Order: sequence, then structure tokens, then C-alpha cells
Amino acid sequence: MSSAATAHATHEEKLSFWRKYIFSVDHKVIGKQYLFLGMFMALVGGLLAYLMRWELAWPESPVPGTGWIPEPTMFQGVVPPEFYNAIVTMHGTIMVFFVAMPILLGAFGNFLIPLMVGAPDMAFPRLNMMSFWTIFTASVVMIASFFVPGGAASAGWTGYPPLSANPVYTGVNWGITLWILGLALEFASFLMGGINFLTTTVSMRARGLKMMRLPLMVWMQITAAVIFMLSVGPLIAGAVLLLLDRTAGTSFYTVAQGGDPLLWQHLFWFFGHPEVYVILLPGLGAVLEVLPVFSRKPIFGYKAIVYSTIVAGVLSFIVWAHHMFVSGMNFKLVMPFSITTILISVPFTIILLAMMATLWKGAIRFTTPMLFAVGTLAMFIIGGLTGIFLGSATADIYLHDTYFVVAHFHYTLISAVFLGGFTAMYFWFPKMFGRMMNETWGKVHFWLTLVFFNLVFMPLFKAGLGGEMRRLYDPFQYDFLKPHQPLHKFATIAAILLFASQIPFLINFFWSLFKGKIADRNPWQANTLEWTAPSPPPHGNFEIAPSVYHGPYVYSAPNMNMKEDWQPQDQPLAS
Amino acid sequence: MSSIAVTENYYEKTMPIGKMGIWWFLASEIMVFGGLIGSYILYRLASAGAWAEMAHHVSTAIGAINTLVLLTSSLTMVLAHAAIEDENRRRAKLYLGLTVLGGLLFLGFKAIEYTTEISNGFTPLSGTFWAFYYTMTGLHGLHVLGGMIANFALFVMASRGTLWPNTHQRVEYCGLYWHFVDVVWIFLFPLLYLSY
Amino acid sequence: MFDWFPKNISTYGGDIDAVFWLIFYIVGAGFILGEAVILYLVIRYRRKEGRRAAYIAGDKISELAWILVPAAIVLVLDLGIDFAGGEAWSKVKGETPASDIKVIVTGKQFNWNFTYPGPDGQFGTDDDLTLENELHVPVKKVVDLSLNSEDVLHSFFVPVMRLKQDCIPGRKIPAWFEATETGEYEIACAELCGYGHYTMRGFLFVHSEEDYAKWTQERWPPAAADSTQVGQL
Repeated sequence: MSSAATAHATHEEKLSFWRKYIFSVDHKVIGKQYLFLGMFMALVGGLLAYLMRWELAWPESPVPGTGWIPEPTMFQGVVPPEFYNAIVTMHGTIMVFFVAMPILLGAFGNFLIPLMVGAPDMAFPRLNMMSFWTIFTASVVMIASFFVPGGAASAGWTGYPPLSANPVYTGVNWGITLWILGLALEFASFLMGGINFLTTTVSMRARGLKMMRLPLMVWMQITAAVIFMLSVGPLIAGAVLLLLDRTAGTSFYTVAQGGDPLLWQHLFWFFGHPEVYVILLPGLGAVLEVLPVFSRKPIFGYKAIVYSTIVAGVLSFIVWAHHMFVSGMNFKLVMPFSITTILISVPFTIILLAMMATLWKGAIRFTTPMLFAVGTLAMFIIGGLTGIFLGSATADIYLHDTYFVVAHFHYTLISAVFLGGFTAMYFWFPKMFGRMMNETWGKVHFWLTLVFFNLVFMPLFKAGLGGEMRRLYDPFQYDFLKPHQPLHKFATIAAILLFASQIPFLINFFWSLFKGKIADRNPWQANTLEWTAPSPPPHGNFEIAPSVYHGPYVYSAPNMNMKEDWQPQDQPLAS
Repeated sequence: MSSIAVTENYYEKTMPIGKMGIWWFLASEIMVFGGLIGSYILYRLASAGAWAEMAHHVSTAIGAINTLVLLTSSLTMVLAHAAIEDENRRRAKLYLGLTVLGGLLFLGFKAIEYTTEISNGFTPLSGTFWAFYYTMTGLHGLHVLGGMIANFALFVMASRGTLWPNTHQRVEYCGLYWHFVDVVWIFLFPLLYLSY
Repeated sequence: MFDWFPKNISTYGGDIDAVFWLIFYIVGAGFILGEAVILYLVIRYRRKEGRRAAYIAGDKISELAWILVPAAIVLVLDLGIDFAGGEAWSKVKGETPASDIKVIVTGKQFNWNFTYPGPDGQFGTDDDLTLENELHVPVKKVVDLSLNSEDVLHSFFVPVMRLKQDCIPGRKIPAWFEATETGEYEIACAELCGYGHYTMRGFLFVHSEEDYAKWTQERWPPAAADSTQVGQL
């Protein structure tokens, strides 16, 4: 495979437009394709969030700017309850599977892994291309599902049967079937991607690049790939059963004929909880790369972080039932799951404290990526800590399925995916596109995002503590929820401003793409191998095959002077 | 660009890329079947008598013959691999052909089995046992089909002599997959055919 | 201290709230400490001319102690939280205490049905009474519920009782509560159950003992009931 990659590299000039930009086998081009797909889907998911938030603040009033959407999807801009459920479902599905995974794993995993391990390309370049076109097809299927009779899937992103198993319960027929097919394609895509990530990392490391010299981003990516690969199988099996229930008329999830709806919940969460780490770890990985570079310090406790990540990954397989404390499962099984769940806070505490310790006695430069990295750290703490409430089975009786849960997972996922993703974006943009992004606009983008993100989700904690359930079309039907309307209005206005805060980013991104300052090879003075390649790296990546002499975070070592306080991995340490 | 020298010393020493890839692929496949088999076992434990009654109607004889067929084809696959290593073109072709034939025989018996069951009135809608029976054997059958197509491609390559010198490792990789399909059947056979 | 929850009127609601507050204070302290440390570090160690970063790789145990000891403290606190909550959990979700008042709760798209056994105390007899979206119970009595569903999953949620439990079609799931105050409260569905999920609202009427007796009298006039069974309810 590697010989194929070099063969391509030598013929780079001769490649047609189609082979170069559309059906490319170059991991960097594929990474960018994933990035643009993820950004587009983020727009779709964001618009759904806008409809949902508007509906929550001012139920049954027309949503501004949506009057053109035809009936029966919407009525002169008013969201009907059926469509509201579809919005809730598709927002979750799209954000997790078509935004977070394509951007954090698809884009950055693809772009960075071969560069960071010193390989000319992925192990299986054609498989890599296929994985992108598979998720592209999956995205088309997902979007198409909005336009079929009955509308898109509306049984929640968790798709619990019997609601999802029989069209009579939702009125959605093709929508849910397409939803299952779209997810199946997405899973297939990331299984292919995962095989590439793992094989490339294990078998194509540059000479001298021992596993314990890998950049932490690579560790996070491959841990995520392993977790995904080992957890998604049972859900694929479960999805086959669900699809058969829907189309062939079997009764795997129907109690009357000997089925059991709880099976789906077990299979879904056996995957669903590890999946959270699949998208969270690469976000933390970006932070772990950025912190040492802009603190000019080695990462604190490299091995402790690696082992904690592995422990968290293993633990993630034995915590799934904490999503099911009040589902009717055996009440004695709950305590063991509660304990394993809460134990997960230990490895993550170690990772977060290691991040903080990296700042300690550093010489911190506040570039945009560094701001986002510290912001991710500060926000992720909130997400992690609020998880303790939900991990405790007792507190979860009251908090389960309330807005407290919604606020909690948005704090973990928006911090790791959104802020962590922007950390990666601003940090590796010069390497990806060969130009620098504008720092001032980046900082404006950071502060606006940080402020409005908190203003959207802080009120939701309070709504949850007040007992407000998730997924309610009109919460104010309930007398005890009527006082929550001001909270929702506040959150909705903040959400609109949060969307608006992304405009500086988009302008900055596209402007820098064409007009940004030309980036040199190593604009941040970083050590890892990707910075030794040209910006952007050509097909084949490195002019000469790199050899690695030391770990990735040798900054400000005692023998270095202040002007040159870094030592790229492909250069031997001066003794 | 041409200066990238991909020599044997380029990478840290590990397993060959293709083999590594197929192992990761099999790991994810194991989890798919693991999930399905696990669900089947849990359902079966939860539903005492009724399933055993239904399980009586499957054809243990055909199941046993198919086990034999599949095990034999695994053996011919191993022999094909050995022949490839020796660059014995004729033997490689013979054993690859026999492996494909084994798969075909397996699917043939499967077809007879399905036809008999359905004509006796046992369809996937006849109860959860039958739903699992058709889902599990069906999914496994698709894997057999996939493996057969891959082995057939190798057979064609062996006939044309294009397997050597660069692509003969593919026989080993397809062999790993073929053994995996066999192992899945080793789990399915007692679970579906012997447990009444 | 903070008035965040709805009123609590169940005997075990206080235990659940206590676990919440225990976690709240531990987590709150962790939050303030964590954010304060980050803030301090980024201000104290921002880049200044002439000062260089220290080379601390954190690979020695003596250095790692800075993160391992706090992690151990987190572990102890975690286990403490779990054990502190264990008792309340088994109280709420474990064995239902002995009770005279038994009600079958059936969720269906999009109503709650409450079935009373009637004076004979037996379900499935002629004097059973099913009310739509109305649950009447006496104060200070254990109410024994059996939850199930006719169609999809629902979740029986009584915020003032701190009680939440999913209903599964084809299964009977036990639940219970004991009210400490009379009044009229709301019952909600907490599991997405279709387009009418948000309308699946019921009412809980907690009566004083006399009012409850009067209510039963009205529902099951003594003449209509089997004379030997009167007063059993």
C-alpha cells in the first residue's frame, strides 16, 4: 500500500481535478472533505437547534425565517408536534454522528495520523476514500429522510422501541427506516476509518517512533477507534433486528410475541456510552497537543495520561446501564453500574489535572488555539462534574430525562467537540491549508462563543432541577413548568447569539483560506512530525522518511536557550 | 517527491499492514456476531419451554452436514495457503477451487433447509426463535457468500498466475476471514441446532 | 438554601434531595477549586520577557503525586457518594412496604389510566374502577403502584414525590410512594412516547383521610358493593 502511495506521489502533477479533489486517495484531501462535510452538517444540525429552541421559548408561534417551509412539515412557520420530535431526533443524530465524528475523527484523525506517525499516507488509501464516500452517502440518506412522506425519524436519537419499531406509534414510516440505514452506513464508514487509523498507527510508524513516543492526539484517536470498533458491533446487530421488526414484521422488540424492548436499550447504550468517548477523546487530544506548545513545557505525566485514557476506555464498556437506572432493569444491578460510572471520574481527573499541571510554571502564550484549549479544559470540568449527579442512581431518579441531563451532555460534548474542535482547527489550519488564520478575529470568536455557550446551557441546569422533562413540544402545558418560560426565552436568545458568534469564524476561515498570511513549516515552533513537513504537505507528505529520536514534548529543556526552546522529534537531542 | 525511500527500514517493525487490517476488521465482526449471539442467549434463557419446542423443528442433520462441509473447506483453504507459499500453481488453484465449492455446497444445503422450514410453515414470523434462526443463519450466509466471492477472485487470479509475486498474501488474509466465518458457524450450530 | 426543586411531599423525597445536596457541595467545591486553579495558572504563568518555562515532565512519582493524590481523593469521595445514596435507592426502588391501597397505572398514547381494585381488593373483578389521568390517594398512606404500558415506553414521573419509573408494555413494574401533604399535583410522562408526549399529563389528588373515605364512598356506594367486603379498601 505504501508503495502505491509513493507511486501516486510521483505522479501528482498528472492527476486530474477529479482524482485530486473529489475521488482522492490522499489522506489530507480526504480529511478536508470530512471537514467540509462536518461543517455543512453542523449548519443543518444548528438550524434544527434554532427551530427547537424557538419552539421551547415561544411554543406554537411562528419561527422567524421559516415561513417558506411547506406543510405538513411546518405551518406558516409554526412547528407541529410531529415535526418537533423529528427535529429533536435528527439534531441529536446529526450532531453526534455527522458533525462530531466527521470533524474530530474523520477530518483531524485522517489529516494528522499519517503526518504524526511519519507515514506517507494511510495504510489503505482506497479504503480511506471509500470511507468518506460512504459517510457522504449516509449524510445524503439522512437529509433525504426529511423529504419522505411522514417526515424524518421522530423516536429520539436513541430510537427506543416499541416507538421506533412500529410506524403506527409515530406515524413515521420511511423516515425511521432511512434513519437506520443512514446510521448503518455511517457505522460502516467509521469501521473502515478505524481500521485505517489503527493499522497506520501500529504498522507504519517512522523508525524510532515507539508507541510511547506517539503524540497524545494519536493515542486519543486510536483509543477512540478501538472503542468504536468494539462497541458498535452489538448495536449493528441490534439495528438489524430493529430493521427486521420494521420491515419484515418480526417481533424482537415486541413483548406480546416474546420480544423485549429493553434489549435495544442495552445494545444501544453498550455502544452509546463508549461513543461519547469516541468523540470526546480526540477533542481532548487536540487540547493535549496545544497546551505544551503554547506553555513551552513538556506535557505533565505523558504515561499517566496514556494509561488513564486506556482505563477510561475499558471502563466505558461497563457503565452503559447508567442510562437505564429507571428503565425497569433489575434494581440490584443498578449499584454496580453506579459505582463503575462514578469511577470513570478518576482517569478523567488525572487527565484534567495533568492538563492543569502542564500550565504550571509555563510561559503561556495566548494564541487563539491556546484560548480554545484552556476554554475546553475549563468547560469540560463543568460537564464532568455534573455527570456525578447523574452517575449516582439515587439522584438520577429525579434528574433522569430532565433538562439537567441535556445541559450536562452539552457541557461535555460542546466543550470537547466544539471548543476542542476549534482548538484543533485554529492550531492545524496552517498545516492543512498553508495559511495562517487571523488571530484577532479568532479571539473575538473565542470570547463570544465561550460567553454565549454558558448563557445557553446554564439556565437549562436550573430548568432540569425544576423537574422539566426533555423532548417536550410545549413544556408550559404543565403548571409546574410555566415559571420556566423566562429561562427558555433567555436560553433561546443566547443560542441565537451563539450561532451569530460563529460568523467571525466562518469569515475568518474562508478569508484565511484564500488571503491569509502564508504559513511556514512550523509557525508554532512545535515538535511533532507534522510540523517538519511542508505546509501544506504534498501528496506523500515528507521529502525524506523521518526518523524519530525522542518523545513529542521536549520544550524548554535545561540545555536549550530561550530563543530555541523546542526540539523536533526528527532531530536527535543534544546531550 | 521521489526521494521518499520506502525501504524495509522505513517503519518500526510490526505485523504486515494487510494482516493487521484484517485482524482489526475481524475484531469488529466478532462484536457484531457477539451482540447477536448474546441477545439470542439472553432471550433463550428468559423464555424457558416454548423455544425448545420450536427448536425441535430445525434439521439437525443438515446442520451437522453443513458443519462438516464448512470445516473441510477451512482445511482446503489452509492447503491452498500452503500451496501458495510453495508457488505450486496447480495445487493452489485446485484447493482454492475446492474451498469455493465448499462454500457453494454449504449455501446449497442452506437453501434446501430454508425451503423445507418455510414449506413446513416456519417463517421468520413464526416466533422469536425462528426470527433469530433466520437472522443469524442469514447474516452468516451472507458472510459465507462474501468469503466465497473473495476466494473465487483468488481462484481466478491463481488460474491466470497473477497471484505471484506481489499479491499472494491475499490468500492468507482471505483465509483468516474464511476461518472466522467457520468459527461463527461453530457457535451457531450448537446454539440453534443442538439446544432443544 | 437554593429554591430549585418543586415542593417535596413524599416520605423518601427528602432522602433523594439530601443525596443531591451532598453531591452538590462536593462537586461545587471541586468546581470552584478547579476553575480557580486554572484562572490562577493562566494569569500567573503568562509569558513574560526573560522568564522561561520550567522543564517538568511529570514522569517521576514524586511529581505525579500532584495529580495522583487528588485523584485518590476523588475516588474516595466518589465511593462515599455512592454508598451515601445506596440506602435511599433501595428504599425507593426496592421492596414496596405493605399497603392497603393498590393502583394499577397504565400508560398509553397519550393518557395515564389509574385502575382501582374496588372494595373487594381484587383486580379483574366487576367493581374495578379506571380513571383517566386522575390518581386519588389518601395522605400518609403507602400507595402501592403497578406500572405497565399498552403501547410504547412511558415514564411515570411525579415531581413532588421525586418518583420516576419507566413503564414497559407487557411488564408489571412495582413502584410506591407515601404523601405527606394533601393537595393537587401534576403527573408527567418523562419518556418520549410520540407526538402527544407533551400532553400526557395527569393529576395526583392527595386527600385527607376523611376526604378520601368520602371519595371512596361516592365511587363505590355501599349498596353496590358486596356487603361483606365493605370497608376493606
